[in-house]
Amino acid sequence: MSLKKTLYAASAFALLAGASYSETTVTIATVNNGDMIRMQGLTDDFTAQNPDIKLEWVTLEENVLRQRVTQDIAAKGGQFDVMTIGTYEVPIWGKQGWLVSLNDLPDAWDADDLLPAIRGGLTVDGELYAAPFYGESSMVMYRKDLMAAAGMEMPEAPTWDEIKAAAAAMTDKEGEVYGICLRGKAGWGENMAFLTAMSNSFGARWFDENWKPELNGAEWTATVNYYMDLMNNYGPPGASTNGFNENLSLFQQGKCGMWIDATVAASFVTNPKDSTVADQVGFALAPDNGMGKRGNWLWAWSLGIPAGSDATDAAKKFVAWATSKEYTALVASKEGWANVPPGTRTSLYENAEYAKVPFAAMTLGSINAADPTAPSVKPVPYTGVQFVAIPEFAGIATQVGQEISAALAGQQTVEQALDKAQMLTSEEMEAAGY
Amino acid sequence: MARSVTQKRKIINTAAAWSVGLLIFFPILWTILTSFKTEAQAISDPPVFLAFDWTLENYTVVLERSDYMRFLWNSIIIAGGSTLLGIIIAIPAAWSMAFVPSKRTKDILLWMLSTKMLPAVGVLYPIYLIFIKMGLLDSKIGLVVVLMLINLPIIVWMLYTYFKEIPGEILEAARMDGASLREEVLYVLTPMAIPGIASTVLLNVILAWNEAFWTLNLTAAKAAPLTAFIASYSSPEGLFYAKLSAASTMAIAPILILGWFSQKQLVSGLTFGAVK
Repeated sequence: MSLKKTLYAASAFALLAGASYSETTVTIATVNNGDMIRMQGLTDDFTAQNPDIKLEWVTLEENVLRQRVTQDIAAKGGQFDVMTIGTYEVPIWGKQGWLVSLNDLPDAWDADDLLPAIRGGLTVDGELYAAPFYGESSMVMYRKDLMAAAGMEMPEAPTWDEIKAAAAAMTDKEGEVYGICLRGKAGWGENMAFLTAMSNSFGARWFDENWKPELNGAEWTATVNYYMDLMNNYGPPGASTNGFNENLSLFQQGKCGMWIDATVAASFVTNPKDSTVADQVGFALAPDNGMGKRGNWLWAWSLGIPAGSDATDAAKKFVAWATSKEYTALVASKEGWANVPPGTRTSLYENAEYAKVPFAAMTLGSINAADPTAPSVKPVPYTGVQFVAIPEFAGIATQVGQEISAALAGQQTVEQALDKAQMLTSEEMEAAGY
Repeated sequence: MARSVTQKRKIINTAAAWSVGLLIFFPILWTILTSFKTEAQAISDPPVFLAFDWTLENYTVVLERSDYMRFLWNSIIIAGGSTLLGIIIAIPAAWSMAFVPSKRTKDILLWMLSTKMLPAVGVLYPIYLIFIKMGLLDSKIGLVVVLMLINLPIIVWMLYTYFKEIPGEILEAARMDGASLREEVLYVLTPMAIPGIASTVLLNVILAWNEAFWTLNLTAAKAAPLTAFIASYSSPEGLFYAKLSAASTMAIAPILILGWFSQKQLVSGLTFGAVK
């Protein structure tokens, strides 16, 4: 062989060798919660199957992450190949063409196995834009011992009036036990997530079919008055600054009779390591008013791929792995069924082992009771249960939340708060061209 | 004439100084204490001060979950690099303002400071777009430049104040002896202003180390410093205060130790020229 040929052969070989060792890096932006941290710990399973893919993690606090990924996707920064986003972002971003369609994930991934309510919230015009990693709803968590002491029993599907009666019976302000703890801190994902879900069960809606706000209408007024009544008479002091963590802390220290919040809280309040009331917690569906809708929300932390990613194929492989049935089985084998990410697949709830987890049935019941495409009693022009999936909503609802939080703190009346809310929402919507 | 200070007054002053000092240090102390508690003790009401079961579990978890050394290294490069670059640019600038002032020097100084009055978020988008175009997102060099620019007004102002204290005649004498401009700045001015330069460097390293707007917004995985490390332990849904405290303690420890050992220089530099 001539020197020239040898050189050609050597370079071709080097190129091939180089190609086979070339690594694709997938950068994943995610939030700091138990399920996501667990996934980071189990990625060896994925990299063993895909040695040519390297995973880089960017873990951020939820609100920082939301701002960070929104900025990056809008400016086409290309910093992330997989983003952890929720049911609020997916429909908006999907419509903008910012996300890669996941309709072509392998058949074995089994899209038909996804819970219909969850799948519906992540689909725009027939295209699935994100794969659900875990789903959550909200439900009533209550103290079985306090209910028993009051001679009461919590129905599996209580009404708001039954909740109020239970709150009244369990409240012992001198003993620092408050009948009910609810979110009071202002924010679209804070008090407004709870109140919007609650308002659905009172027949209220944010907008009528022509996008006209209805915040100072009879239904919203009834919702907020009921909420104020509960909080002022049976709630903890200073509730206008309480969010999820503050209420979790109160409940774990035995200071709440009931707490209506995210289903993810169930694993915290029943953990004897952190909770003083771990063995006394019961669960019930979020309350209703006999109008056909319950006051619970629906959220799914999901994995989406931004349209600007330069590693789309590798990112798809990762998304399929993290949201597969096999991943569920992997978590179960390593950490037990109670730690499996809940609320996304029908098959999980058909599994006999999973049925033994105490809050499994209640989580599924809550998720199925929420329909993002028809959240309230009357028809609405939007999707979303505890939010309205339009880009303007986060800003508007945070301002409305501040008005209601101010009313809870006693700075204004419910009517004043809702009149202001109606006015600012009308202005913002008009400015946005609705 | 020095005012005579009575023993009683001395005791009162010392006690007052200690109380203010402890009050300022308390949040840091509380963070450090919390990092050794369990999650349940971290939120217990009434809070426990010292009588709890001390544990290192939070540190173990944090070290297991995150690559602390990578964040630390990025912080060192970004804080050190931006300060060094800033000093190199600011020394000549402060020299010219202090020793050859023009009619507009005062205005320029004020204008430089006025850039600090604009909220950082106001220029986030333009800078983000420039970074995309130049391929600087998630790079240490990009952050070094941005943080240098942000702290430059402070560096120039501080150096300017220190240089003003140095008699111009000394520089003149050096010039008479045939020193070039470079030699004048490098061998005469700089050594005389060492305490001032040292405290400027220290203060700017601290400012750059703690900067949490640009370092969070312009990084992802590769260039993220310790501020991003802390942010990864904060959670609105879950009480992980003990772990968050452990991460915070690890993030501030290097700068706290540096500050502790150099407090003499820091204080003498900050009060340099304050008493005439």
